[in-house]
Amino acid sequence: MSETIIRVRDVKKIYRMGAEDVYALRGITVDIKKGEYVSIMGPSGSGKSTLFNMIGGLDTPTEGDVSIEGYRLSELTPRQLAWVRCHKIGFIFQSFNLIPTMTALENVAIARIFYGLTPAQARRDAAKTLERVGLGERIHHLPSEVSGGQQQRIAIARALVNEPDIILADEPTGNLDLHTGEEIINLIGEMKANFGITVITATHDMKMLSASDSVVWINDGAIERIAKKGEIEIEIGSIDGSTLA
Amino acid sequence: MQQKSSTSLAVGHDIPEQVRIPWSTAFMISLAGVRRRLLRSLVTMAGVVLAIAFLSYMLVTGNITAALVEANISDLNVILQSAGVDIHAADHRDTMLLLLIGLSLFTCLVGIINAMLMAVTERIKEIGTLKCLGALDSFIVKSYFIESSLQGVFGTVLGLVIGLLVALIVALYGYGRYVPAHFPVASVLMSLGKSFLMGTLLSVVASIAPAYWAAKKEPVDAMRVEE
Repeated sequence: MSETIIRVRDVKKIYRMGAEDVYALRGITVDIKKGEYVSIMGPSGSGKSTLFNMIGGLDTPTEGDVSIEGYRLSELTPRQLAWVRCHKIGFIFQSFNLIPTMTALENVAIARIFYGLTPAQARRDAAKTLERVGLGERIHHLPSEVSGGQQQRIAIARALVNEPDIILADEPTGNLDLHTGEEIINLIGEMKANFGITVITATHDMKMLSASDSVVWINDGAIERIAKKGEIEIEIGSIDGSTLA
Repeated sequence: MQQKSSTSLAVGHDIPEQVRIPWSTAFMISLAGVRRRLLRSLVTMAGVVLAIAFLSYMLVTGNITAALVEANISDLNVILQSAGVDIHAADHRDTMLLLLIGLSLFTCLVGIINAMLMAVTERIKEIGTLKCLGALDSFIVKSYFIESSLQGVFGTVLGLVIGLLVALIVALYGYGRYVPAHFPVASVLMSLGKSFLMGTLLSVVASIAPAYWAAKKEPVDAMRVEE
């Protein structure tokens, strides 16, 4: 059995709203193995995004802890946490989150600069990575000058340029049309296969499920169930007919 | 499997600290940003431009008038008096005027702070994204500080030029050939220097608070912002 890269232990997130406690997460425990492709599914407001943010070290649990490669995120200093985000994790977002005033090349290079390289080295690596995701010619364009699918490719190049162990993708196909979404899923799948990157996505997209090794269903701040690869295919069939029109 | 991973639980201090980005790199990044959002930057600068134009206009006009009074030419004295200048007063400073200048500078300070806070709010998502990529708070502080200082310096220079030109045009229109003949180069340069220092200082001071406010933004808050 392969090594566990992410451990989530009894994670709770409680917000105080006046006199009332609101549970965003009610105690989540899950292990994610190295090289696994995990989809986190759940309706909006289920706590899916909160869990996702916890894994990325973007939010802190009220109780419980998250560890990456054995390091408890709660024990790290802000500078160590920034190091983990920069060196270990590649983030992909639903709305791409590219810096509008930077060209494709600069958007990717900035991640490399944070890694500690000089701007010149960073640009060289960024150009190579953009080539790899199929954007070799448009590297000097601003995000606003390319299509949504291409913007997401830039974002994927940015997530990959520091050769992370983990890709965290929050609804990566949410703002894309069906066909472009499929291309992006395939690209993420290739990265997983070629580089052994652990991929975690939060998604509504049924197409992403078939690419997953396992699916974690979250509802009302708790894990409803975890389905492995074999079981997923069957479920998609039934879901397609009922909830998805 | 779970047992195995818990025994290998590593200690936090094994993780290296994220490197800090040098000022020079941050400067290049900020400069490119200011250039690409030039229109937005110009709006932010407008407050500084106006305040410094006003300040330098008042100071330079004061210098020119003082020089002309000092020249003590009878024809010119008539023109000066008809323009409302008290040629017998030892000090041409007017407390009301100083108050007005002070007020305009204060408005300018508030204006820059407001514009920078707006810029930060507009770009919360950007800040969050940069933090996800491994940006430290110090980098965010640096880049916003550089950005607003750059805008401050550009705005100040622009304001100086405008203030000087307007003062020259008004003086030439009012006193004609006497102005070039008795132009107080040294004191005008001194006034421009003072205005430049004042503008730069204001912009830098005004940018400190927004820069820290920007850096304090948690990435999770940033990500929550909907389109």
